[in-house]
Amino acid sequence: MSSSPSTPIEITRAAERALPGPFVLMLGAAALAVVAGAGLMLGASTVSAPQVVSALTAFDGSPEHVTVADVRLPRVVVGAVVGASLGVAGALMQAITRNPLAEPSLLGVSWGAALAAVGGQVVAGIGTTAALVPLAIGGAAIAGLVIVVLAATGRAGLTPERLIVAGAAVSGLLAALVQGLLVLDSESLEVARRWLAGSLTGASWDALAAAAPYLVAGTVLSACLIRPLSTLALGDDVARGLGVRTGLTKGAAAVAVVALAGGSVALAGPIILVGLAVPHAARALVGRDLAPLLMTCAVLGAVLVILSDIVARIAVAPEELPVGVMTALVGAPVLLHVARRGVMSG
Amino acid sequence: MTLDAHDLVLGYGGAPVIEGLNLQITHGQITVLVGANASGKSTLLRALGRLLRPQAGDVLLDGKAIASLSTREVARRLAILPQGPVAPEALTVRQLVAQGRYAHQRLLRRWSADDEASLASALEATGTSDLASRPVDELSGGQRQRAWIAMALAQQTDLLLLDEPTTYLDLAHQVAILELIAQLNARDGRTIVMVLHDLNQAARYADHIVALRQGAIVAAGPPPQIITEAMVRTVFDVDVRIIEDPVTAGPLCVPATTLRTPALQPHRP
Amino acid sequence: MISGVRIRLFPAPAPGTARTPLVLITTSLVGLAAFVVTLGLGEVTVTPVDVVRALIGQTGADGAFVVTELRLPRALVACCVGAGLAAAGVVLQGLTRNALAAPELLGVSAGAYAAAIFVIVLLPDLPISVLPACAFAGALAASAVVYGLSWRRGTSGSRLLLVGIAVTTVGYAVVLGVVSTIDELIHASQLVTFMAGSVYGRGWPELGAVAPWLAVLLPLVALSTRDLDALALGDPVARGLGVRVEAARLRLLVLAAALAGCAVAVAGPVGFVGLMSPHIARRLVGGAHGPLLATSVLLGATIMLIADALARLAFAPVDVPVGVVTAIVGAPYLLWLLVRGRTNPE
Repeated sequence: MSSSPSTPIEITRAAERALPGPFVLMLGAAALAVVAGAGLMLGASTVSAPQVVSALTAFDGSPEHVTVADVRLPRVVVGAVVGASLGVAGALMQAITRNPLAEPSLLGVSWGAALAAVGGQVVAGIGTTAALVPLAIGGAAIAGLVIVVLAATGRAGLTPERLIVAGAAVSGLLAALVQGLLVLDSESLEVARRWLAGSLTGASWDALAAAAPYLVAGTVLSACLIRPLSTLALGDDVARGLGVRTGLTKGAAAVAVVALAGGSVALAGPIILVGLAVPHAARALVGRDLAPLLMTCAVLGAVLVILSDIVARIAVAPEELPVGVMTALVGAPVLLHVARRGVMSG
Repeated sequence: MTLDAHDLVLGYGGAPVIEGLNLQITHGQITVLVGANASGKSTLLRALGRLLRPQAGDVLLDGKAIASLSTREVARRLAILPQGPVAPEALTVRQLVAQGRYAHQRLLRRWSADDEASLASALEATGTSDLASRPVDELSGGQRQRAWIAMALAQQTDLLLLDEPTTYLDLAHQVAILELIAQLNARDGRTIVMVLHDLNQAARYADHIVALRQGAIVAAGPPPQIITEAMVRTVFDVDVRIIEDPVTAGPLCVPATTLRTPALQPHRP
Repeated sequence: MISGVRIRLFPAPAPGTARTPLVLITTSLVGLAAFVVTLGLGEVTVTPVDVVRALIGQTGADGAFVVTELRLPRALVACCVGAGLAAAGVVLQGLTRNALAAPELLGVSAGAYAAAIFVIVLLPDLPISVLPACAFAGALAASAVVYGLSWRRGTSGSRLLLVGIAVTTVGYAVVLGVVSTIDELIHASQLVTFMAGSVYGRGWPELGAVAPWLAVLLPLVALSTRDLDALALGDPVARGLGVRVEAARLRLLVLAAALAGCAVAVAGPVGFVGLMSPHIARRLVGGAHGPLLATSVLLGATIMLIADALARLAFAPVDVPVGVVTAIVGAPYLLWLLVRGRTNPE
């Protein structure tokens, strides 16, 4: 029969252009250190570098030292942790859904956490951080679970569109419930504020400690999933043919996303677009190979959030913008760029 | 009713797929475009049907540049059925075929007797009158294709362009569709231009074959004249033997070599 | 040929289902009944008979004041909002060839909402009659962004949906971020209520703001149903039929934005009505856009009436935002569609 000239399989040019992983990571770590330092120095009041160092090493209770060690240090650390977690979660989401626009918030984590937390505070009067964090993560987990299960039911199975639609439906419902609660109890808005927009204000070591187990679990799970997810990128059928348990892999990845993103939301509220923008930037630097990609996402995410927080703190000083707004403003151009380059698959 | 292409350059944004192509579609005949995958045959058809704007050159409909005519005007003279069209859920055959009257309706004009007559004759010509109230997506492949052809017919045009009308159909339906197309040409004198994948089908049903390779016309003419072993080798990259079609006495191609000849079959215990 | 109540508005009715007149009449009657009954419900219960008496001007009837001055304008606003959103949903579903398209999922509502919020916050002295125009501008901007971002040699239904959800998420995040920094608690809580979608306190001024728009837009959409029918068959086929595809799409997008814009300007982004009404209507009268539009509009108005009644009464004396009710009903409906596999995007 006719032997039509077959189109050669396109070698991902990104892989050829990719910078070596370790190099990028070292660069990233350096950037992180610089940005973290800036985060400790800058703010409503500027603290000089030597003072920052002495605050960390020889704390003496002076106002500057207090600002650095008790206010800014936790913010920077939590910001880094949240940024890293969201970056990795975003990369995982984009891998599961094979959609460059996928975001952890699609799994309903933001509103799930918000509903659980606001509900807990309004209805049950729960107020302590130690209790709120697990509650928020629980809410995020339940929302994520419901969405994944619903999207996976039926003959079609878990396709990206179904996941996104299920996510939109459930998020809409949860958002409505939160809004209903806010209307029923008008004082609760003060409480609900921090769940409506991401903010690093009031970041504390207690909260971090409470969220740590989930974040660690999510990270470990992600590491275990690198191999199966890389194969999954070839398509469900091909992956299955190669022996990957596709359903299990996708489910486990969703769990990892919920743990990482849920933990982040519990710590800092919904900070969107980090999970969307960071994987794209990382991919442009190191290519599609999942292992270096995830690590680069973590570093870039941390840098992005800390940087956004610095700007949020200085831009309208002495007022503070929520960090979520800043990341949205940074992420939007990335979104545009992604779309213009036509990276979107049908 | 004339349709010509002059010095056509066609592409999808990158390098041109077709360059400097000239073609004249013979009025009242069935012209079939053939070629290997990515030879440009669908691209050419789409340009002829004004679905693709040429990067250079012109497509002339009745001597006028097709790009200068309004979409409605073109639709009144030329109907095009793209490859693999999808009907929305729960759309009935009648509703689908009625769409064919779009170009003949004005903003506030009601459904006229003319429209009704065209609808009825389109249904009858394609043998879909008794399927009229059934949803399109519940029909078999062959029935569905006939419904789409009926829609194109309802446009009441002299010229009908079809992009691979028989792909995805089983053999019986392929034959039925091709026979229908032949009938539309024989009975109503419609000019048909279609892209066919199967060279033997083209040999049977075409008055005029245009063979494309890598965006250029390699051969054009009546099937007995241009279907030669050399042409097939050039266009399709395969060696064939041409024999006489026992039904039409036209050319029939069969691949020349195969592992499966009795002499060459490995000995089986 | 086929005659019916509203056929005069719709040119050249394609040979449609014979059921359409019956469905239209039934839906109108149900809507009318809902109108009369819900006007009678509330703190002061008024019998349907008295409601009718009050409506036709017999001021002596019991509770006439409550009916005509308090509930009537609100009910009419609810009807207009429902009608506008349903019509926008029909247009968007036809435009994107996607059964899941809805103003709130394609960024249209988010754009309208963001614009309205910014106007309310930054220019509080602007008269309410200007709000629909501003919301329209915001809706248009958002849909342009979504359309542009998903354009890649043409758009596909799935892509529009995915980009729309992404843009909606960004939009809401930014708005929420800004809203949550507003210090005045009362102002902020009003804005949150607005976010849920509510017709609380909407009276004659609001009706005057939205009704004229609908009076102009609905007939315009009615004239475009033939284009929608043709576009539903796919771009190549539509072009072959003689439709100027890009021009038609632009026109329809502007119409959808305007419809959603004026609805959101007055009531905030009420969710799920624009999704459910066309769906249900399609199951009653099929996919031909003429009958579909008429039925959807009637259904949208009726759904809003019933939802608003529930919103008013369920937690009396607290007035729950109607958007909460539509979400609580609509989200499970959407999920049910998803699970049943009836959400086939193209």
